[in-house]
Amino acid sequence: MEIGLGHYLTVAAALFTVGVFGIFLNRKNIIIILMSIELILLAVNINFVAFSSYLGDLVGQVFALFVLTVAAAEAAIGLAILVVYFRNRHTIEVDDVHMMKG
Amino acid sequence: MILQAIAFYVFSAILLGSGFMVITARNPVHSVLFLILAFFNAAALFVLLGAEFLAMILVVVYVGAVAVLFLFVVMMLDVDFAELKKGAQAYLIPGLGVGFLLLAELIAAVAVRWTFPAQVMKGAATPSPAQVSNTAALGHLLYTDYVYYFQVAGLILLVAMIGAIVLTLRHRTGVRRQKAWDQISRDRAETLALVDVKPGEGVQ
Repeated sequence: MEIGLGHYLTVAAALFTVGVFGIFLNRKNIIIILMSIELILLAVNINFVAFSSYLGDLVGQVFALFVLTVAAAEAAIGLAILVVYFRNRHTIEVDDVHMMKG
Repeated sequence: MILQAIAFYVFSAILLGSGFMVITARNPVHSVLFLILAFFNAAALFVLLGAEFLAMILVVVYVGAVAVLFLFVVMMLDVDFAELKKGAQAYLIPGLGVGFLLLAELIAAVAVRWTFPAQVMKGAATPSPAQVSNTAALGHLLYTDYVYYFQVAGLILLVAMIGAIVLTLRHRTGVRRQKAWDQISRDRAETLALVDVKPGEGVQ
């Protein structure tokens, strides 16, 4: 019953797959796609923290902190772009974004 | 030890289940709420791993800021989500195939029997000290060796904040606003007139 590194890596791999699958499943809905990206980044963070814990090395946690920062910034900017886009087009369908050329 | 194993399995099961509900829920508000549940369980896993500071940061930053931002946007935008769901089934089978392939590859490649050579265990660049807490150790590391990276992270957040404000700020026409500058820059001459009124004449 010893919980080893492999257990955490399995959970992170499954969560990563759920995130990738979410992009496939909701390919028209940008909001769900952004949430899927958050799930993917969370899986990456679980990997970082698991390795950091089992190696006894704190650098993994420092890097996970920076990943968290960038993910928060990405969510804020992405949602701001989404709001502006919705204001102009009254839809958030991904298929319509081809008008944004140049 | 058995308690730790039970906690690990419970938290990971809820984490994966709520992660799955995030991508399959019909109502996007439910998606956001399941995302919050997933973040809470990931924070619990972090606590199990001994990374208390990151667990609390995950709760504060993600549940307190990012998830609420998602909730705000989902509720503010008047989007027909049923329309967006249409045609998503066309990619279900290839998506499932790619997903299972990716999962099998990831588990086979990294998750099963990951072992470290002995010299890796000994050569940790910054070993986590046993006598101080995780938060103190992380703080010592972050404000000394990684202070420039820390500053850059703050800069990234500043740019994100300014960018979000610049993107969403708009001046609507036809809205009457308070003109603070006009109000405070008035002087006595243009607002007040002293008139000596003679009896029986009145003011023109």
